[in-house]
Amino acid sequence: MIEMQGVYKTYSNGVTALNGIDVMIEQGDFAYIVGPSGAGKSTFIKLMFREEQPTKGSIIINNKDITNMKWKQVPYLRRDIGVVYQDFKLLPKLSVYENIAFALEVIEESPKNIRRRVMQVLDLVGLKNKARFIPDELSGGEQQRVAIARAIVNHPKLLIADEPTGNLDPDTSWDIMQILEEINDGGTTIIMATHSKDIVNTIKKRVIAIESGLIVRDEHRGEYGYEA
Amino acid sequence: MTVASVGAVTTTLVLVGAFLALMMNLNHIATNLEKDVEIKVLVELTADEQQIEAIGDEIRKIPEVASVNFSSKEEELDSLISSMGDEGDIWQLYEQDNPLNHAYVVKTEDPTDTMKIAPQIGRIDNVNDVVYGQEAVQNLFRFNDYARNIGLVLIIGLVFTAIFLISNTIKITILARKKEIGIMKLVGATNGFIRWPFFVEGLLLGVFGSILPIAVIVSGYYFLEQNVALKQFSFVELLPFNPFVWQLSLIILAIGAGIGVWGSLMSIRKFLKV
Repeated sequence: MIEMQGVYKTYSNGVTALNGIDVMIEQGDFAYIVGPSGAGKSTFIKLMFREEQPTKGSIIINNKDITNMKWKQVPYLRRDIGVVYQDFKLLPKLSVYENIAFALEVIEESPKNIRRRVMQVLDLVGLKNKARFIPDELSGGEQQRVAIARAIVNHPKLLIADEPTGNLDPDTSWDIMQILEEINDGGTTIIMATHSKDIVNTIKKRVIAIESGLIVRDEHRGEYGYEA
Repeated sequence: MTVASVGAVTTTLVLVGAFLALMMNLNHIATNLEKDVEIKVLVELTADEQQIEAIGDEIRKIPEVASVNFSSKEEELDSLISSMGDEGDIWQLYEQDNPLNHAYVVKTEDPTDTMKIAPQIGRIDNVNDVVYGQEAVQNLFRFNDYARNIGLVLIIGLVFTAIFLISNTIKITILARKKEIGIMKLVGATNGFIRWPFFVEGLLLGVFGSILPIAVIVSGYYFLEQNVALKQFSFVELLPFNPFVWQLSLIILAIGAGIGVWGSLMSIRKFLKV
């Protein structure tokens, strides 16, 4: 599923973010990425959907070696990966429905399939009755659910979430986690970077800790391991 | 914002259009002048008819020569008298004892060959002199070359300035859409898919931007052509309104569309590399 070998990343300004990462994540896994700010979590995640390229090492995603992938193929890689951010990244002028449909229009899906599939995911995240709202009319938790719906609307094998609960209150965070677990139960691999001690210690999953660009801990059903 | 972009295209195209009209007419006039370049071959006064014939034959053998016309000394005098107008009467005295030479008037296929073959003709037996206004011809050719090159450079410069202006104005529009492009890339849109609306926008921008310049050029040229004052100079012969203005309009439209599309695509290039 995901395999990184000897991955290094040095940015053009000289900052070294990753210092030799070796990791293997199986299809269907749910892994938390934890560690202090600036440890390299974001870079680690960005490498998976080719927002960044490694300086050295090799990366295999969905059985495809993306290390030397051509620019032209990157869009097709991303169609198999859903990404959710802390700040939701929704288009403010589009309705909930249109924001999700956007992801399918971009890959030139037929209008009929778009309607069917969008209603399906809206049902899954529990926002069927808010399809016509615009993002500003929704709460933070609802906006994040829209972002998740958009990320999974074209059945990705991998869902990457970069601090999905970072802007949400605890109650709402649990709702989001419940949705992510449901998606994971459906067989989708989930990689989630987080600073939430409560979530990691309550919903026990694999924990990968990154410090100074290195994996310092990789435990099954692990603990958060830092003070919150 | 779009108004600014259309304005940039409009300004440039008015300049480019006016310049093109000027250039193409200069070129036209220059070509006409070049066509008038001829070599006058003066025959020795002592030459008899056979020798005169022989000179004509020799000249015709030169490959670059297009036409050779014999002009007797009587014809030469007539044309001299008529070219003098009222003062020509004085020259009529010479009709009794014509001091002029018989002459051949030679034209070349390519006017620029004039300088090359004139000395060659000068070496033929019984040729007294060749006259072709050496200085004037050389200057004319040099001027024409300069004018063409400078015009070309200016037009290219203008077009690039316009592209730069447009890609900058569009870039501001695109900054607002940067987020949208980023999200499109995130969900796996190909660059072609993202580019398409910008391509259309650039095309429309260029087409709208060329409407006013075309109107200006068409009416301006119409006015210029109708203007009697210019017709006083017999050597200034403008390209005919129809079809020249329509061809020029098409060129302006094409340049406008090209500038719009190029400027637009240039401006999103940076945002696509995510």
